[in-house]
Amino acid sequence: MRPVNAVIREVAEENPTVRTFRFDPSFDPVPGQYLMVWVRGTDEVPMGFSYRDGITVQSLGEATEALFGLGPGDSVGLRGPLGNGFDLVGDRILLVGGGVGAAPLALLGERAREDGLEVTSLMGFRCRSDLIFRSRFEKMGDLVITTDDGSEGVCGRASVGLERLDPGSYDQIYLCGPEPMMIDVIRRCHGSESKIQASINRYIKCGMGVCGSCCLDPEGIRVCVEGPVIRADRLLESEFGRYKRGPSGLKEYCGR
Amino acid sequence: MAILSGAVGGLVLRNPVMLAAGILGTTGSSLRRAARAGAGCVVTKSVGATPREGHPGPVVVQVEGGLLNAMGLPNPSYKIFQEDIDLARQGGVPVVASIFGDGPEEFAEVASGLDADCFELNLSCPHAERYGSEIGCEPSNVEDITRAVKKNVDVPVWVKLTPNVADIVSLGKAAQRGGADAVVAINTLKAMAIDVETGRPILGNRFGGLSGPAIKPVAIRCVFDLSATLEVPVIGVGGISSWEDAAEMILAGAQGVQVGTALAGGYGIFGEITAGLEHYLVRKGLTLMELRGAAGRTP
Ligand SMILES: Cc1cc2nc3c(=O)[nH]c(=O)nc-3n(C[C@H](O)[C@H](O)[C@H](O)COP(=O)(O)OP(=O)(O)OC[C@H]3O[C@@H](n4cnc5c(N)ncnc54)[C@H](O)[C@@H]3O)c2cc1C
Ligand SMILES: Cc1cc2nc3c(=O)[nH]c(=O)nc-3n(C[C@H](O)[C@H](O)[C@H](O)COP(=O)(O)O)c2cc1C
Ligand code: FES
Repeated sequence: MRPVNAVIREVAEENPTVRTFRFDPSFDPVPGQYLMVWVRGTDEVPMGFSYRDGITVQSLGEATEALFGLGPGDSVGLRGPLGNGFDLVGDRILLVGGGVGAAPLALLGERAREDGLEVTSLMGFRCRSDLIFRSRFEKMGDLVITTDDGSEGVCGRASVGLERLDPGSYDQIYLCGPEPMMIDVIRRCHGSESKIQASINRYIKCGMGVCGSCCLDPEGIRVCVEGPVIRADRLLESEFGRYKRGPSGLKEYCGR
Repeated sequence: MAILSGAVGGLVLRNPVMLAAGILGTTGSSLRRAARAGAGCVVTKSVGATPREGHPGPVVVQVEGGLLNAMGLPNPSYKIFQEDIDLARQGGVPVVASIFGDGPEEFAEVASGLDADCFELNLSCPHAERYGSEIGCEPSNVEDITRAVKKNVDVPVWVKLTPNVADIVSLGKAAQRGGADAVVAINTLKAMAIDVETGRPILGNRFGGLSGPAIKPVAIRCVFDLSATLEVPVIGVGGISSWEDAAEMILAGAQGVQVGTALAGGYGIFGEITAGLEHYLVRKGLTLMELRGAAGRTP
């Protein structure tokens, strides 16, 4: 499809580097699906849905900074919803998010509550001022917060918060966050890999499964159409947690 | 599927249906997946002398009947691409390295630096400054570059031609003079899409190349004319998304066909096309060789 023109209705500052943009029109995404957001004159980048009509963006580089320069009444071009999205399974689920990775999980959790599922959330942030969507998660059910500096909740990474919970007791675990955090959580849930669905990040260019930019070694899974949500047992057989490819196809090794 | 096996452009293939250049060809993994899905051979993403990140997005726009792209030749450079070619070879079919450069020397440098089963010279990408069709629209460049690569490698060399010229046959003849083992036609048609809301060209690069069903009739015509004139075989590409399309391309004179944009529908396309072609040949009681170019022999 051609990009659809979308007008920014409102912008909310979630924390100093994260903003939510709400659009007109609204979409009907499966939580975990994403949009290709065309910030005209700059670039087109993938962003997961945090609302049916919204995305929640961390300012990192050129495209996201240009987006932060836009306000109500301005417009962007949108392609989507793209990708597979999360599959809701069972009666009791656990959401594990890190940083802006909390965004698609907030939409997922709300959808799960509508369907009558029991939702527990474990959300990790760097510090108290980085927290996003606290009230959305609190409304869904139990919420454990971790911060790296201990300024809120449990001190440590999200994976440390797992010790407060019994991961094996959930029908399904949903993950989204920085790659080292996700791989850490998957390893700590050893034996439950087939019950973990993770939304992962790879360099997405075409978003339609032709260009090859997003493919995972060694099976060549096309993250843009077969993902971004991939089961942890498949991820453990892949490059995930070790390296990913940048815009030219060069490998970028994980920093740990 | 013995009925589909045979020689194509100096290679012996189990079937004549290949993965086109630049489609799911950046990594050895995705190339191997195409091979395992049934491709007769696989062509890599075009690689050059230095890493390139490609053009800013949007890099694709879906339009009526096709796809516009301006990827901008992103590639990690030939210097680190050998491991991907080696992995792709585990798929069990020949791996064709698509390469680009800014002239005979750079093309020769890239070709000499890679161990592949065949080279396809990208003299036809329409949206990268200094490369592709910018040099490939000139017959003398096509001839010189083909000759330079031939001198440096001992595997077949295919030359991929641009349709963005008045006379594609003169480019084909130039490739033949340079020693090409086959020509591949066509690369994308130079094209553009504009956002009516803002008046802005949609592609980050403003213009790009059109592929998909919309260009099939153009490709059929190019293959028909090239195969009528050249002695070297012609490999047909452009808008093939079914076995009927592949059969049509072979009837026009193609010895093999490549599939690009149709991969958007998944890797199953290779199995669909080869199974369909096989049934068709059996039903018609024809061999691939008899089918090839039959359109030009009809009274
Ligand atoms: C499926 C998916 C969903 C995402 N959802 C969100 C979200 O909800 N909120 C959010 O803040 N971020 C999200 N991201 C990450 C977001 O796409 C990048 O942060 C953004 O592209 C950065 O662009 P930039 O030009 O500002 O930064 P750059 O300076 O260009 O890059 C900064 C970082 O972003 C990565 N990046 C840049 N372009 C892309 C691209 N086209 N595809 C993937 N990664 C890229 C780079 O590898 C680099 O690590 C998502 C990524 C994917 C793949
Ligand atoms: C996303 C995309 C990337 C491409 N990249 C290359 C490339 O790197 N080198 C090349 O020679 N052709 C490239 N092409 C052109 C194709 O190989 C093919 O010639 C063209 O798309 C027509 O075939 P199709 O209609 O089956 O896609 C690309 C096409 C697309 C759509
Ligand atoms: S981003 Fe192009 S294939 Fe996935």
